Amino acid sequence: MRRRIVQGALERVANRPASISAFSSILAIVSGLVVGFVIMLIVNPGDAVPGFLTILFGWLSEGSRSAGDMLYFGVPIVLTGLSVAFAFRTGLFNIGATGQLTMGAFTAVYIGVNWGFLGAFHWIVAVLGGMIAGAVWGSIAGLLKAFRNVHEVVSSIMLNYIAMYMNTMLIIQLIYNRQYARARSPLPSAHIPTWFLRDIFPGSSVNIGIFIAIGLTILLHIILNRTVFGYELKSVGFNRDAAKYAGMNAKRNIVLSMTISGALAGIAGAIMFLVAGRHLEPVNQLMQEGFTGIAIALLGLSAPIGVFLAGIFYGALEQGGYYLQLYDFMPEIIDIIIAVIIYFSAFSLFIQTYVAGYLRRKVGAEVELQQGTELK
Amino acid sequence: MEYVIEMENITKEFPGIKANDQVDLKLKKGEIHALLGENGAGKSTLMSVLFGLYTPDAGTIKVHGKKVTIRNPNDANNLGIGMVHQHFKLVHNFTVTENIILGHEDTTKGFLRYDNAAAKIKNLSERYKLKVDPSAIIENISVGQQQRVEILKMLYRDAEILIFDEPTASLTPQEIEELMKILRNLAEEGKSIILITHKLTEIQQVADRCTILRKGKYIDTVEVSRTSNEELAEKMVGRKVVFDIEKAPAQPGETVLTVEDLCVRSQHSNTDLVRNVSFKVKRGEILCVAGIEGNGQSELIYGLVGLAPLSKGRILIHGNDLTQASTRDRSLSGISHIPEDRQRHGLVLDFSLEYNLILNSYFDTTYQRRGFLNFSAIRTHAESLIEQYDIRSSHGPLSLARSMSGGNQQKAILGREIDRGSELLVAVQPTRGLDVGAIEFIHKQIIAERDRGKAVLLVSLELDEVMGLSDRILVMYGGELVGEFDPETVTENELGLYMSGARKRGVA
Repeated sequence: MRRRIVQGALERVANRPASISAFSSILAIVSGLVVGFVIMLIVNPGDAVPGFLTILFGWLSEGSRSAGDMLYFGVPIVLTGLSVAFAFRTGLFNIGATGQLTMGAFTAVYIGVNWGFLGAFHWIVAVLGGMIAGAVWGSIAGLLKAFRNVHEVVSSIMLNYIAMYMNTMLIIQLIYNRQYARARSPLPSAHIPTWFLRDIFPGSSVNIGIFIAIGLTILLHIILNRTVFGYELKSVGFNRDAAKYAGMNAKRNIVLSMTISGALAGIAGAIMFLVAGRHLEPVNQLMQEGFTGIAIALLGLSAPIGVFLAGIFYGALEQGGYYLQLYDFMPEIIDIIIAVIIYFSAFSLFIQTYVAGYLRRKVGAEVELQQGTELK
Repeated sequence: MEYVIEMENITKEFPGIKANDQVDLKLKKGEIHALLGENGAGKSTLMSVLFGLYTPDAGTIKVHGKKVTIRNPNDANNLGIGMVHQHFKLVHNFTVTENIILGHEDTTKGFLRYDNAAAKIKNLSERYKLKVDPSAIIENISVGQQQRVEILKMLYRDAEILIFDEPTASLTPQEIEELMKILRNLAEEGKSIILITHKLTEIQQVADRCTILRKGKYIDTVEVSRTSNEELAEKMVGRKVVFDIEKAPAQPGETVLTVEDLCVRSQHSNTDLVRNVSFKVKRGEILCVAGIEGNGQSELIYGLVGLAPLSKGRILIHGNDLTQASTRDRSLSGISHIPEDRQRHGLVLDFSLEYNLILNSYFDTTYQRRGFLNFSAIRTHAESLIEQYDIRSSHGPLSLARSMSGGNQQKAILGREIDRGSELLVAVQPTRGLDVGAIEFIHKQIIAERDRGKAVLLVSLELDEVMGLSDRILVMYGGELVGEFDPETVTENELGLYMSGARKRGVA
């Protein structure tokens, strides 16, 4: 009897990869936290427990202010996560979210600095500009993949560097503030509005980027799960040969997927820099948010809603890490913990394959066995 | 009589299910013992237990009367048990000798020595009449010869008990004949052989005794000479089996598909894999392209449906030129295609069954409105096909294609393609790897499609299928059509000669 229940459960799990995957994501988070805690114990045993609790619940420590900042930190990561996840669903690995984000950020700031005549539409145009720049940058890798069979990982890594150096060059040539050695500040009319959010989360930096993130999450969820376009994208992603067999235009889908992916990263770049007090700098450094997006996409299992939750979770850790300085920890510890979680989330892919493979073998043998009976 | 292997009460359980339920298998010295059963009957599990890939939950294994525990294939090898797998495990760019000694190399101070090995291989191949050139590269020799290399590999390791897993699956009739001789030679020389198969004729030809498994259970062990094919089949399936495919004579109508002078280029080199192939398929007939695997049949079909570019030739359906048309346009112009590899081309394994059932029609306004999928129409469609084609799965329309058995995956593809009502049904190896029940079902559906007045183009490697199902046979060899035959008058042997390239004649 007990065995039958166990078997039923196994079978259900094996037939629903989503639940296996969710399990492996949670496993990744838990293992990451455990390793982080161990590191904290080694570094500073006395403060490890309160410090660890701070990382987990720091976003609650100052009530609505810290909660608002959690959302603020989370939004760009949600967006780059969505960017990578969307490409994943078409079987493409967009490691170039960083470059697309950089291009989006520069374009948005450029518009934000120069196009004050737009008035109330200023910020909207700036965000759209960032989106288009990211889309163009993403489409280059897509076009190369579709028509010249250049692997998107190779081309988008190279495009990351091109974007990084171009960003430095263009800032100095077009929007340089010599005094502070950084890009000029976008005009207040280009700042992402806060609407009523600062009343709910007083003192925090939150803005309506969170609504944009929610909106895009829902939009992508609908595209992927309810439309013909999503059906095609997923077919190409799961099985390119079957997509060809079904007469789908794989090239078109590859280009579109990379373009949309780039657009999402571009929006992330715009939202990151169209705020007061944050500036683009002409430093030759790749922006980390694009790479974090890869981990978030893995952790969120490439499903828009999963990515949203994972991104906000990341925001919470960032925010918790901010308060960690109250204890005797170097602030870098939070980077280590986040890195470990990210590491394990990449590992979760392996866990996922392993768990699924294991269950399938077990249940598969049975399916095979039933075949004889079934066909009568 | 002494037994070399005694497997008694072997039980192997996977979560909640017994893949082997108290199975016995006793192998006498010097006999050929067939192991018969449908797919999933537990043959592979039993052999995996013997070969050390699975540990049994219960039961004992004795080799030469001594109780043994076999933990892994190395243990099995040390006990003198060798196995020829269905898919050969050979290194393609190594020579025959290199492959045979792989893992058992003779070395002096770290340097390979071939002299002893070469002598031993020469000796073995003479003794067992396994003719093969020791210096040939594997990829340059025929499948039949590759199989001999696999056999030599076992003999080189001094195996006394040889397991053959479906050894005739990819051989020509002549090569099968050769293999049967080899098997008999081996048995006469005192080797004991287990032959895993579901082909009854082979058992009758070569086996001494036969053990039958069904649904994991031991059914019987019989003396082959005292048992008829019908009895064997009944024990295997558990009911009476209709051997002959019943069909009325064909009544061909007007031409549906015309293929003229078709050439399909290889994607890797500059040679044509299909050369100047021309034929016609008429309404109400089943035209079969027969041949040994890898003679251009797959490429011919890829070229026909638009999955590979043509280097020459024309394709017409009802006089409409489709030579330049895309895969989608060809499909909409009346080509339904049951692909050779159902998991690679036919299905998106990570999609649900209902999604897979619209793979070739999702863009139709029945299933979408303004770009949004119409879920209720998709569900209704799936439910009707599931009912009509008896597609069994654990969660109905929502089952993942991956979780379904091969037979049911194939029924889903068959249903999807027939349901589209195309004028031409292209079916490539539609029964590959399926068991008797599923094969019967699929054959009936294909004949029914013909009787509805559709044209059917069948590609098959199985001679039984070719002879039983087709109304006209084309034989393909080396990328060309080498003969056209009437299944009523041609013999299997004659077809075999054409299939192996020994004979050839023009095709009208």
